[in-house]
Amino acid sequence: MRVGSTINVAFRALRRNKLRSVLTALGIIIGVAAVIAMVGIGNGAKAQVEAQIASLGQNIILVFSGSTTASGIRTGWGGAGTLKIEDAEAIRREVSGVTAVSEEVVSTTQVAAGNQNWFTRIYGESADYFDIRQWPLADGTPFTPQDVRSANKVCVIGRTTATQIYGNENPIGQILRIKNVPFTIDGVLTPKGLSAQGVDQDDIVIMPYTSAMKRVVGGTTLRNINVQVADPRQLTAAQQQIIDLLRQRHNIRPGRDDDFTVRNQQEIADAATATTDVMTGLLGAIAGVSLVVGGIGIMNIMLVSVTERTREIGTRMAVGAHGRDILTQFLIEAISLSSVGGILGIILGIAAAKTIALTRHWPALISPASIVIAFLVSAAVGIFFGFYPARKAAALDPIEALRYE
Amino acid sequence: MNNGAVVKLIDVHKTYRTGEMEVHAVRGVSLEIRRGEFVALMGASGSGKSTLMNILGCLDRPTGGRYILDQAEVSELNRDQLADIRNTKIGFVFQNFNLLPRTSARENVELPLLYGTRGLTNAQLKEKADAVLASVGLAGREDHHPSQLSGGQQQRVAIARALINEPEVILADEPTGNLDSRTSVEIMGIFQQLNDRGITIVMVTHEQDIAAYTRRNVVMRDGLVRDDRAVERRLDATIQLQEPNREEPE
Repeated sequence: MRVGSTINVAFRALRRNKLRSVLTALGIIIGVAAVIAMVGIGNGAKAQVEAQIASLGQNIILVFSGSTTASGIRTGWGGAGTLKIEDAEAIRREVSGVTAVSEEVVSTTQVAAGNQNWFTRIYGESADYFDIRQWPLADGTPFTPQDVRSANKVCVIGRTTATQIYGNENPIGQILRIKNVPFTIDGVLTPKGLSAQGVDQDDIVIMPYTSAMKRVVGGTTLRNINVQVADPRQLTAAQQQIIDLLRQRHNIRPGRDDDFTVRNQQEIADAATATTDVMTGLLGAIAGVSLVVGGIGIMNIMLVSVTERTREIGTRMAVGAHGRDILTQFLIEAISLSSVGGILGIILGIAAAKTIALTRHWPALISPASIVIAFLVSAAVGIFFGFYPARKAAALDPIEALRYE
Repeated sequence: MNNGAVVKLIDVHKTYRTGEMEVHAVRGVSLEIRRGEFVALMGASGSGKSTLMNILGCLDRPTGGRYILDQAEVSELNRDQLADIRNTKIGFVFQNFNLLPRTSARENVELPLLYGTRGLTNAQLKEKADAVLASVGLAGREDHHPSQLSGGQQQRVAIARALINEPEVILADEPTGNLDSRTSVEIMGIFQQLNDRGITIVMVTHEQDIAAYTRRNVVMRDGLVRDDRAVERRLDATIQLQEPNREEPE
């Protein structure tokens, strides 16, 4: 003997009760499918967020005016007005590895052309901005460093803004009135879609930051500075250099808080994905509960099965089965139910995730690891919940069992 | 050779304890059954014959005395060792057949082989099971499930299952108890054929006319053997079945 023919015996027993076997496995099927689908959807959401963070550009350091750690009145990122154009120029000049810098100011306002108007966001940037964000134009040309130096009244607009104001007309070369200042539209950006926070990134007007400061936003300070370095390995060093440089320029004595905040892209990505990680964890945990319920279902049916098959167990013992053989048989039955259920659940879960991805336009990302783990967990559920009924069967007294009605 | 004794009981006692009460089911039975015997173990309910049968079948251990099966002491063996003895040396036939439901006759017969140490392939199992089924007249019904077989046929499957490991002794516990009288005679016919081939059979019954097909009757009362004699006018199942208008035994 003994394992080979015990497996044989267990499968024969399962085949005898096909409907019951399927129904019992259903608990595990649903549990595993739920775990696979939920974790897949969670991971998909995370990947989407990461992709959007990556779409900010590569190797980006963001410098915000104002501090997140300052005591007293706190204005949030970009609110305190401590960053000057000269700070950006100093970063461009002095920090090693910097390949591009874009000074940024932001405002929201009503824009108009002809008899249409639209409330949108105005971004003032340098000409490097389109490279930093890896955001090419769909049509037309970007504004130039010359436009920035001269504070020319030119802009590029996002797809949403273009559609809202010009409909199907080509907006290139048209005049857009922003706070009654006429701006010439040089180009239309490629659409980027919704951001991780659900903001329409295409609802935007981008113009030279000089023009924006002079004619739209007002003021002399920047909201933030976008800095790009050549190599990801330079990020940390560049970040430290920027901090040192700005503290020096802002005359901040040692021991005092910065009046600006420096974040690199990775930190922003971590913050954003932390939310989806929590969501994935929660969904997975809820699905895991259903897996446990499935396991209890197996235990229940196995207990019923042991009672119902008492005579069978007695017969098996009478013809020479050891307690161990009976234990193994019932354990294998439980494990077979749970692991076959696991395999079917994996298939169903993948199908569910793909269906949700297709119909809800929500990406699902099913990792091989989650499949392997789901399978192993379902097998473990079988062992865990199958052991007690199996031990109960193995401990039966053959005389009592044979006499059982 | 121990006089060819397959089964040897020496002053066997069995006492059950239920709380304060002690029940003496078997109070000192000594019995010797030789190879090739066909014994009916008789007695009213409560006489201790079922308890003795359980001990003979290695399903239970005596609380006193010795049990020697095929020249091996089995009264001190543990659970697993007893299971191995049951597997190799004993074939059981039960009153209620105890066939696995929704399982083909062949798979039922293969059952003891699955718990043996031989490690046969599925093809060998099938070949062996089909041969034994044919020997009890069930050729062609190997794939039938118990629910598709008559009571007599089910009991034949059970007999085939008892025979498959070529045991030293077949123990039959009221094998005709659930069968009508004609089928009972048929089953006794099979036992007689097996016995003629030299197979040792011990059968528990309370029916005199069934015991009449055996060669020796052992009668128990109150946990003791009261009577042990050879059957004088032994019935032959083959002849009985040929009698056209045989009267039904009451």
